[in-house]
Amino acid sequence: MAESVSATIIVVGAGPAGIAAATRAAEAGANVVVLDEAPSPGGQIWKHRRSAQAPRAAQKWIARFTKSGARLIRGAQVIAAGEAGRELRAELSDSPGKMLDLRCEKLILATGARERFLPFPGWTLPNVIGVGAAQALIKAGVSFRGRRVAVAGSGPLLLPAAAALAAGGAQVALVAEQAPGEAVARFAAGLVFQPAKIAQAVLYRGRFFNANYRTGLWVASARGDDRVREAVFTDGRRARTVACDVLCCGYGLVPNLELPMLLGCAIEKGFVAVDERQQTSVPTVSAAGELTGIGGVDRALVEGEIAGLSAAGKSEVAGRLRARRARLELFAARLAKSFALREELKSLARPDTIVCRCEDVVLSRLDPSWQRRQAKLYSRAGMGPCQGKVCGPALEFLFGWESDSVRVPLRPTPLSGWALPGPEDGASPNERADSR
Amino acid sequence: MKTVQIFVDGRPIEAEEGATVAAAMWNAGCVRFRTSVTGEPRGPLCAMGICFECRVTIDGTAHRRACMETCAPGMKVQTGG
Repeated sequence: MAESVSATIIVVGAGPAGIAAATRAAEAGANVVVLDEAPSPGGQIWKHRRSAQAPRAAQKWIARFTKSGARLIRGAQVIAAGEAGRELRAELSDSPGKMLDLRCEKLILATGARERFLPFPGWTLPNVIGVGAAQALIKAGVSFRGRRVAVAGSGPLLLPAAAALAAGGAQVALVAEQAPGEAVARFAAGLVFQPAKIAQAVLYRGRFFNANYRTGLWVASARGDDRVREAVFTDGRRARTVACDVLCCGYGLVPNLELPMLLGCAIEKGFVAVDERQQTSVPTVSAAGELTGIGGVDRALVEGEIAGLSAAGKSEVAGRLRARRARLELFAARLAKSFALREELKSLARPDTIVCRCEDVVLSRLDPSWQRRQAKLYSRAGMGPCQGKVCGPALEFLFGWESDSVRVPLRPTPLSGWALPGPEDGASPNERADSR
Repeated sequence: MKTVQIFVDGRPIEAEEGATVAAAMWNAGCVRFRTSVTGEPRGPLCAMGICFECRVTIDGTAHRRACMETCAPGMKVQTGG
């Protein structure tokens, strides 16, 4: 029923970290297979429809990756894993329920990050989307020409997203960063030591200087009928209503921890803990990129290179990259500090505001004294198709609820795909399936 | 620019070759992709395969994420499920 593939090293994720890891490992002579759910390599940041549209760094890396001998399996989403990462099962997107079983000696996780969403009244209205989502839609072929768009939330993605929207013909009504102006200014000043990044920042500002970039301002609510029509912004004292056809709101990025958690990799402060070779607490499994800290493309690339070289037995070459990694680590730390989320965001949701969008669970149905598991059992929050990937990080921010244990399948899968490779705890796959 | 034609709830839509179903639907003015368990209209949120808010029925298969599917000629998309 399921096809099978073997490789010395399997890399999950073909974003910058995964591409760098696979390229370096394959160039060192290892037999490498890369799995990615998208139809083309690059991950979210390097997503493109035609190779000419990819950023230059992406084109360079993707060309090198293509020549390296690593094999990319597109449209493959890992739904189960066992044997300390040496066995994987992936669903192939071209035909739902079609499975691929994989075996390897070493696994490199580069599953990247997703946007963090926080609930506020009106956030479930159509045309309220993420900030990264706006960029993803543009890359997927959406035209924002003539649309009036407000951009809000937090983090360095707001500016490039607003610039991309403006370049695509949108009228960017407002860009609202929740972090205070002083924190953002300190962050920007620190970029002087990162020439490529300051150049980017200037470019972004230049492209949409007509738009209002405001700090210390956040979305209190969105209103509309069948879609968003206006958003109310506040600085904690005054409210201001902005008419918009589209509201983009995202609060930075959170790592996609499901697969490392399923494999039992130690998590520290919300990220996968790794040693200097990018190895996790499970010796056969490494992790690179946003999984180990939110730090952008350059950090993901260098971590991927270290992971790939180390997995292929070239630790001494990897050692030369450590100084660069340490420098980029400082950037990641400054990023986290500068764009820390303010307390006021915890009180935006009203009792009747939906928190879990899959199951339409409103805030008043959740008891802050619960744990995440109780919330699932008593209210169904986190039980829907996204399996808590959206409400989980929100609930962690609102109530401090840490994520619950991860179970297979990692995403909704047709029953026809069941009969898993044996999980480590000795339970048969069917028992596992039944116990859900 | 090459285009492909897909059908959304029976209505023909021209999409740029390589565009996702979500992108084609967005450009055609579709707002309600699915209906939530309490009857609310929902459309794409994350646009990267995480949130499942954009799920539609494609060629008879339910719960396909419009943001993860590339338009193919003649594809039949049903919303509102």
